Amino acid sequence: MKRREFLKGALAGGALLATSSPAEARPNKTMPPEAVGLLYDSTLCIGCKACVAACKEANDMPPEFSTVEQYWDTPLDISGKTLNVIKMYKEGSGATKDSEHNGHAFMKFSCLHCVDPSCVSACPVSAMTKDPVNGIVSHDKSACIGCRYCVAACPFGVPRFQYDRPFPQITKCQLCKHRMAEGQYAACAYVCPTGATLFGKMTDLNAEAKRRLALKPGEDTEFPRGNLTTHDQSSFPAKAAKYLPQIYGDKELGGTQMIKLSAVPFEKLGMPTLPERSYAATSETMQHTLYGGLVLPLVFLGGLTFIAKRNVKNDGEDEKE
Amino acid sequence: MSATHNHPAPAPLGGPLVTPVTITLAILVAVAFIILGIRFVLGIGAVTNVSDGYPFGIWIAYDVVVGSAFACGGYAMAILVYIFNKGEYHPMVRPALLASMFGYTLAGASVIFDLGRYWNTWHIFWPGYAQVNSVMFEVAVCITAYIVVMMIEFSPAFLEKFGLKDIHKKLNKVLFFIIALGVLLPSMHQSSLGSLIVVFGNQIHPLWQTVMLPLLYLLTAVMIGFAIVIFESCLSSSGFKRPLELHLLTKLSRLMTGMLVVYLVVRLTDLAVRGVLGYIFEPSLEAVMFWVEMGLFIAPLFILWQPASRVKPVRLFVSAFCLLFAGFFLRINAFLVGYETGAGWHYFPAVPEIMVSVGLVALEILGYIVLVRYLPILPREEKI
Ligand code: SF4
Ligand code: SF4
Ligand code: SF4
Repeated sequence: MKRREFLKGALAGGALLATSSPAEARPNKTMPPEAVGLLYDSTLCIGCKACVAACKEANDMPPEFSTVEQYWDTPLDISGKTLNVIKMYKEGSGATKDSEHNGHAFMKFSCLHCVDPSCVSACPVSAMTKDPVNGIVSHDKSACIGCRYCVAACPFGVPRFQYDRPFPQITKCQLCKHRMAEGQYAACAYVCPTGATLFGKMTDLNAEAKRRLALKPGEDTEFPRGNLTTHDQSSFPAKAAKYLPQIYGDKELGGTQMIKLSAVPFEKLGMPTLPERSYAATSETMQHTLYGGLVLPLVFLGGLTFIAKRNVKNDGEDEKE
Repeated sequence: MSATHNHPAPAPLGGPLVTPVTITLAILVAVAFIILGIRFVLGIGAVTNVSDGYPFGIWIAYDVVVGSAFACGGYAMAILVYIFNKGEYHPMVRPALLASMFGYTLAGASVIFDLGRYWNTWHIFWPGYAQVNSVMFEVAVCITAYIVVMMIEFSPAFLEKFGLKDIHKKLNKVLFFIIALGVLLPSMHQSSLGSLIVVFGNQIHPLWQTVMLPLLYLLTAVMIGFAIVIFESCLSSSGFKRPLELHLLTKLSRLMTGMLVVYLVVRLTDLAVRGVLGYIFEPSLEAVMFWVEMGLFIAPLFILWQPASRVKPVRLFVSAFCLLFAGFFLRINAFLVGYETGAGWHYFPAVPEIMVSVGLVALEILGYIVLVRYLPILPREEKI
């Protein structure tokens, strides 16, 4: 009888806690103050793969072969040996560039440096971290346990793992932060001949993306190359493409620090359609509601201890009702 | 787990250790260890089909997520005996706990095979590395703590065997707290095993991606706990030629049936509220697998609905069997079948990968047989 009353009390208390405790939903994280990143403009990309080669060199990654004669590095996808690839979309005759039908287009695949990254939220040992100032999502292999939860969690399939090694590691683009430490910037943006991959502060990159979307298709304009913030390279004159009115990475899962422009729907180019609320926020809200400050577990433990104590005492005595 | 006066005290079963069954089990274990040897020399890719599209294979989805649920017998019995004060189930606690301890320890240990950088495993428990927002962190810490708690809960069996009465007495004084932890911890990590896939977002098919995951996994873990106790009781009574504790199994099955109703209501309401019921009529692998999963949940309900069925050992066994598979499919469907990372990625476990999982199960059964023969676990048979 007493136990039943206690149970009722515990349940009511639990319900009260669940409803009144400040377990508000955790909002999406926001863009760090000095966020840097990349702007990739698919319409400017000519598929020369200079960025793929430069990335390999800058990050000391081994070549990867996909042809019978292993003459040169031919990665088909990012992998444990490759941090950055350019993939081609082709439909029908493939003749017209940046056309969805009978056309072709390119897309760059590398880490998007999400504003609220799933990989960072997933990692149990803080091996994946996001820099609070510049927002670069880094991986620390010396902390990593190789659980691959980040690989499974990333909605863009970015972190990769070396399944063929006894002492493997996770690999992903870290925005060439080692080059930034030497006053340089992302190798892929540095070598891009057309400015299709452009490095800079997110505020500048966003302004540039908006400027491009406002251009009339066919209008003559100058496209900056290299580093948008320092203007270290001469710009590339060309005609504006027929852009889709969308900056990919502006809203997706709360935003990314690699934003993309295109004339062909992003879904067709292999970029997933995603909601605005980050999965990290949903997951962490759930965990914090259940385990925040360990309040609920401790209340529950208190109740269980009380009940168990009574019942274990009875244990040795006569149990017949 | 002190001995009770009105139940027969647990006693070692005795009997031969080397039998055709134990030899077969030992061979399966040895094969698994050889394959694991290859894994540690040549990498995970050499013996598994996991890839960047399916970075988790059956070593996680089956060995850990399903395996730990199958090891919930001790948890379910502890809830009944110590929380709901159903002392009548007392004789089932110790055998259930032993199976749980084995299941969990092996699930925990098997994680090491799957961790690419296993030498860093301790980072999970180290301030400065530990990342508390990670569901994986919560699951890992909780499961580890529960393994320790179970070892303490189980230690009376050893203490009795070696006649260490003093420690046993001291332990009995704090046992209630250990038992409370032994109920709290599985409640936490069994629900979190479901939450593991929340962060996967749209990569999980809508039939298995919901904010109700913690509740669904918790409910099924307790039901699987009941089912595994029925299942193991039937097997061990026929295997060791002991009488079946039918009156208890009948009551257990009644509880199981009640929970099944609750589970099905929650599961179907969730699908309806999220408006994804349409997916189950699509001609897709996911839909077929969903029907298999649901069929296995509903079948025991049909079998056990009539109270008269609950006294028939065969029906009890079959419904427990269905429920175990139902829980298996709920978890496998969510983690592997309903996991989609884009075109071009496929996963089906490789033979060596399966052999490692088989070897783990074999090790569990082998350990159980050896220990019940050697330690006081099963209630002594009354010879009248
Ligand atoms: S794209 Fe993937 S790996 Fe890169 S920050 Fe986002 S979640 Fe992490
Ligand atoms: S694989 Fe490494 S980086 Fe990725 S989640 Fe696991 S511990 Fe973190
Ligand atoms: S920023 Fe550096 S690491 Fe990242 S894709 Fe570009 S070159 Fe590669």
